[in-house]
Amino acid sequence: MKFLSLILAHLLRSKRRTFLTVSSIAIALFLFCTLRTVMTSLDAGIRASDETRLVVRHAASLVFPLPLAYRDRLAQIPGVTRVGYGNWFGGYYQDPKNNFTQFAVDVGSFFDLYPEVLLPAPERAAFEGERTACIAGKALVQKYGWKIGDQIPITGTIFPGTWPLVLRGVFTAATPDADENAIFFHWDFVNESIPEGRRDFVGIYWLKIASASQAAAVSARVDALYENSARPTKTETEKAFQAGFISMMGNVSLLLTILGSAIVFAIMLVTINTMMMAARERTTEIAILKTLGFSDGLVLQLVAAESMIVSLAGGLLGCGVAMFLFRRLDFTAGGMIPNFRMLPETFLFGLALALVMGLLSGAAPAFLAARLQIAGALRKVA
Amino acid sequence: MNERKSEGVSAGGTAAGNGALIRLRNVHKKYKRDQIEIPVLAGIDLEVKEGEFLALMGPSGSGKSTLLNLIGGIDRPTEGEVWVAGESIGRLSSDKLSAWRARHIGFIFQLYNLIPVLTAYQNVELPLLLTRLSGKERRDRVGLALNLVGLSDRARHFPRQLSGGEEQRVAIARAIVADPTLLVADEPTGDLDAKNAAEILTLLQRLNREMGKTILMVTHDPHAAERAHVTVHLEKGVLKA
Repeated sequence: MKFLSLILAHLLRSKRRTFLTVSSIAIALFLFCTLRTVMTSLDAGIRASDETRLVVRHAASLVFPLPLAYRDRLAQIPGVTRVGYGNWFGGYYQDPKNNFTQFAVDVGSFFDLYPEVLLPAPERAAFEGERTACIAGKALVQKYGWKIGDQIPITGTIFPGTWPLVLRGVFTAATPDADENAIFFHWDFVNESIPEGRRDFVGIYWLKIASASQAAAVSARVDALYENSARPTKTETEKAFQAGFISMMGNVSLLLTILGSAIVFAIMLVTINTMMMAARERTTEIAILKTLGFSDGLVLQLVAAESMIVSLAGGLLGCGVAMFLFRRLDFTAGGMIPNFRMLPETFLFGLALALVMGLLSGAAPAFLAARLQIAGALRKVA
Repeated sequence: MNERKSEGVSAGGTAAGNGALIRLRNVHKKYKRDQIEIPVLAGIDLEVKEGEFLALMGPSGSGKSTLLNLIGGIDRPTEGEVWVAGESIGRLSSDKLSAWRARHIGFIFQLYNLIPVLTAYQNVELPLLLTRLSGKERRDRVGLALNLVGLSDRARHFPRQLSGGEEQRVAIARAIVADPTLLVADEPTGDLDAKNAAEILTLLQRLNREMGKTILMVTHDPHAAERAHVTVHLEKGVLKA
């Protein structure tokens, strides 16, 4: 600690340079955290998946529905303990920009299949007892300032028209990865309100199975059952379903990783150059310190500490601003990333990256300073 | 003032053993530039007793500063032995030599060589950062040293806010703050006007007389050399008779 004032004095020698270096590291790490948060937020659905839930959809595409008549046969398949179903609604609230997760669900099975959706008993009773009722996640309610009893008109795109839903409950998520930016309402209400030709079809079946080890066998049994039907099925675990959903966007993870790494690497090169210049300017002073008895090792530590402090300051700033912003910012990328949330691991990863940047950018100037020959350095000045 | 000429070592044993604080025996120093060896010092034999104030004179390029660097432990001889304060410093490892310098040597340079981003107080405190002294003990020591050089009121000033004479006095405070065995001064008045130069020399004399500090001073200035007990002359790397 007694050397801290010496280190800080050197860092403040050129305030502008230090400020610019810290800022460039901060921006790089802010971008890194942003890109990583996109990745982890996309994966939130996978993390929130339950291994004992299977998703059954049309084998050709999610776009094609399955008959409601499958429900009873699915319930009879060995290993299946509960069957639920629903439709992705694909509407918006007031403006097409207000796009969030909307699901018309079978209310009778929904809470058994999704115990992570927490709703007070009176609100659940109110929701279950009213066909136009809906429940919304706490984050969504806070975003739009809704209150229980409010009418929430949702304009349908897959199911045209304006759907006058009434908010009867506000749910919270039992796990941080579960989506609170969503509303759920009665599938029956939608089914009764659409033209007769479209009725009694569902987008997805959810199956609850007794144990995760049965997933492959149950999936195979379901798909075998409808293999030769007009509407064959594809059954997979919820995790596989979510991963497949993300993969429809291409290899986003790879792209974001490459982008993030390139930004950090470029800034690291700039930082190395800056730290080298800063150390070179101080050749005489380093020689003076060594003349006074500062050992090679101590000089190495002091110069390296400067880089570490600059990098850590940039890291704390960049990652801290990202953490703060993404907590407050309501960003869902048009509903594509409903749970855009920076994980604490991302913050720590960003700081670790800052430390690595500090180590790498400080290594060369620190070694040069440690190896500096006093007499030669002083002779150049005299 | 005594004139000491090329002085051979009269007896064997350590420097401390025969009362000499510094003893050089057949010291050679050569520099290599582009494969060419340039001899700077050639067979120097010298003894300096504890408490002595010795001036080292000679023309530019005669090797004065190199000799001072060897005695101060910031350079190593190509050949021969340098004993200072009972230690053959040419044999010490880099780390041990650093610790040895911190303990035994106080340096004073012509261009003061203060760290510009540190205040006078912080500059003087630097050698004490290498000790186990507490913060309070360091503060007391720095206060004493600054008081001794008459700059207590300038402790918070940066070098750029001080005159040349004041800067050199801060450098002297830095040199003495850790109570070293030996002060080495390389042209300490070379960059100062006559008045400031006289004040610095008086200060060095006081340190020698009142605190018993052994001082080795390189100078071009005969008036400065007159303040020393002993003057030795160096020409073309050889101590002259």
